[in-house]
Amino acid sequence: MGIVCPMGHDVETLWKGLLTGKSGIDKTTIFDASTFPSTFDAEVKDYNLADHIKTVALHKDSNRGSGFVLGAAAQACRQAGIDIETNEPKDGIDRQRLGIYLGAGEGSVDNDVFFAAIAEAWNTDNSEMDWEQWAKVAFGRMDPMYEFEQEPGMPAAHIALLTGARGPTRSCLTACAASTQATGEASMIIRAGDADIMIAGGAHSMIHPLGVTGFNRLTALSTRNDSPQTASRPFSASRDGFIIGEGAAVLILESLSSAEKRGANILAEVIGYGSSADAFRVTDMHEEGRGAVQAINAALADAGVGYEDIDYISAHGTSTMENDSVETKAIKAAFKDRAKLTPVSSVKSMLGHLIGAAGAAELITCVLAIRDNIIPATMNLNDPDPDLDLDYVPNEPRKVPVNIAMNESFGFGGQNNVVIVKKYEP
Amino acid sequence: MDSTRVVITGLGAITPLGLTSKDMWSGLCAGSCGIGPVTAFDPVGFTCKIAGEVPDYRIRDYVPKSHRKATKLMSRDIELSVIAAHEAISDSGLVTKGIDPESINIDPTRMAINLGAGLISCDLVELAPAVAASTVNGTFDIRKWGKDGLESVTPLWLLKYLPNMLPCHIGIIHDIQGPSNTITCAEAGSHLAMSEALSVIARGAADVALAGGAEAKVNPIVFIRQCLIGRATSENNDDPATACRPFDADAHGSVFGEGAGIVILENIENARRRQAGIYAEVVGFGQSNSINPRFEHIEPDGKGIRIAIEKAIARAQISPAELDLVIPHGTGIPQDDLAEARGIEAALGEAASDVAVWPTKSMLSNTGAASGAIDVIAATVAMNEDNIPAAKNCDRIADGCNLNIVRKPMKKKIRYALCCSYTYGGQTAAIVLKNTSDETAG
Repeated sequence: MGIVCPMGHDVETLWKGLLTGKSGIDKTTIFDASTFPSTFDAEVKDYNLADHIKTVALHKDSNRGSGFVLGAAAQACRQAGIDIETNEPKDGIDRQRLGIYLGAGEGSVDNDVFFAAIAEAWNTDNSEMDWEQWAKVAFGRMDPMYEFEQEPGMPAAHIALLTGARGPTRSCLTACAASTQATGEASMIIRAGDADIMIAGGAHSMIHPLGVTGFNRLTALSTRNDSPQTASRPFSASRDGFIIGEGAAVLILESLSSAEKRGANILAEVIGYGSSADAFRVTDMHEEGRGAVQAINAALADAGVGYEDIDYISAHGTSTMENDSVETKAIKAAFKDRAKLTPVSSVKSMLGHLIGAAGAAELITCVLAIRDNIIPATMNLNDPDPDLDLDYVPNEPRKVPVNIAMNESFGFGGQNNVVIVKKYEP
Repeated sequence: MDSTRVVITGLGAITPLGLTSKDMWSGLCAGSCGIGPVTAFDPVGFTCKIAGEVPDYRIRDYVPKSHRKATKLMSRDIELSVIAAHEAISDSGLVTKGIDPESINIDPTRMAINLGAGLISCDLVELAPAVAASTVNGTFDIRKWGKDGLESVTPLWLLKYLPNMLPCHIGIIHDIQGPSNTITCAEAGSHLAMSEALSVIARGAADVALAGGAEAKVNPIVFIRQCLIGRATSENNDDPATACRPFDADAHGSVFGEGAGIVILENIENARRRQAGIYAEVVGFGQSNSINPRFEHIEPDGKGIRIAIEKAIARAQISPAELDLVIPHGTGIPQDDLAEARGIEAALGEAASDVAVWPTKSMLSNTGAASGAIDVIAATVAMNEDNIPAAKNCDRIADGCNLNIVRKPMKKKIRYALCCSYTYGGQTAAIVLKNTSDETAG
């Protein structure tokens, strides 16, 4: 497993931070957001790709998301014994059986020239664009590779170059559910026998003027500008939106027979995956969480376990009014008599919302919860919402046996994805 | 799992050759070209001034009353996908909520949707007033944007540009509640999405899937990107019909366009149970990567394409000699076409010099995430018509390319057809279709 996120550039630093209630959230520094409705975010800080890979020159044009995922993939590959140091790897892994599946977002536009070109070409008098002028500015000042690297398939392309992977490779972008979907579908590719190993996860940064504008206009972001570290407060009565974050997370998924043959250290087993669509409204989740329940039930059925077997639910828990309420209803509907007895927590309270990369980052925390038998807390939960009455593991991590954990991710547009992981027992 | 057979039971395409798959097919047979001068914006300052634009349409004709308001939230990419989905579903005989809410014959939870979508570029004209409100002495000022510009961006602005809004709108219109995914691997997107839909059906997570892709590339941002990285042609602006020349010695680059292609993929048992017409069976798919530090072009030996084709053929359990048609990605970018030809030749061996190769982008333009699905539809219709139309603009084959490009229309039974695609960046994909006309549908 590997991660580059606002709470650190490796898995153990993140985990220690989560268990000690740290926060990755602070004032926005990537651009001047001082006049935006939200002036804070969860940024990856002091990141240097050269700390993670040797071939930095090959990836010199990569944008934030691609740079992050290269670091996360490098960590994960090293832990799994996948050689990324040489062109003739001696790890015994057939590259045609090594695939990639990311939930990855588009890169930021080149802000200065993007806005300048519009400003210089727009004729306010007749409300028309002078396209010749626009093209002149754009052709003169846009950098071809910067433009090119914005394509959402590029993070996966960079990983292919890093690892030599020639197996099935896809990248999906299903909003905030993308990397849970990617890891789920990657496990399906292995199950179907199309690959032995999948490099799976997510990469995204929407911390740029248009991204923040878009979410601010949707009133999805917290505007608690005077207290960034306590702003992400999933399931509390005073929650007022999510905190936009960025990062990348990668898990190496492998068929058991391949892992055993290689003598790999097995961290956990992926036992279930469920995916569904709300088919309800463009702007809202289904009020009763119809699609979420369907995805949870599909994942349970796929895993061959019952809801009573789930020891921990890593919630989508964004800290928006709508998500936390609908997610709670969905858990109640799916978990019935066990709903209030099953610990549910949201690490977004500390980590912020990594958008496309969120699901994979949270799946990593599920694996760690199983490894260490400890559930990270939902921080900042000091004023419970009376309608939300599950066990959200408020403010203190909990030592408790965790054998099976469920990771939930829901995205704009009604995307629902659920992955279940289990302690590996030979 | 591999015993699950998946067939195509519905076709939908909106392309520069027309609003339906039938229009597309008759255009392809006639050797028509859907490429013309750009009308979506004034391309005067661009090196490439031509594109494949779809004919005029009214989106409300394809959207039930209950969803009409939401058409305001549709970018052009979304509109195109909604139109192709409407045709594909109608063609398949499936009755969804969007076709007729009184006689629905699907289980919404057993229907999946997998689409390839592009990087949807925002509408600059829509954004311009907000930018103009954010200038100080004529220069854009981010602080002014945060105060004034941002407020004049329409509240739901972002929702027009999320790639998964293609399946989202289609899913709401037709009530599709099963697994839904959006593959963002640019020009390989729709083949990869179809591959995933096959897996979803094979593993029993759905009986039916809408699969394909859509993209509207006639946009100043998309154009400038393709011009800047040198993929768009700057030649033949005054003679659009001859501009896109896949595998031709006089090729100078690709011509971009817009479109959508969607097929209904269905578990054969389900199709037989409802006595659906079966167009073809999807018997193989393969995926891999081109690995090239110059991401904007595929590797010169086409290895990633070769691997994808080899895997697709192996899965189909056929020999290359059983293929009667290949639709390559064939963009008209000389070094990419050459690399693709090498990949196809390496994968097919001796059969490569015999099998008919029919590139379509000379007529349809390069519709990005839609292109692979559009080619699958073209191959499917060719198979049903026992007819391979002629390639266009390949008058003198490029040096080093040893493919048998179809010069004249051929009446011929197509046993198996191969479609392949790759994208800048590197993902590659291939799909093998089987002719099912000898099988009784019952």
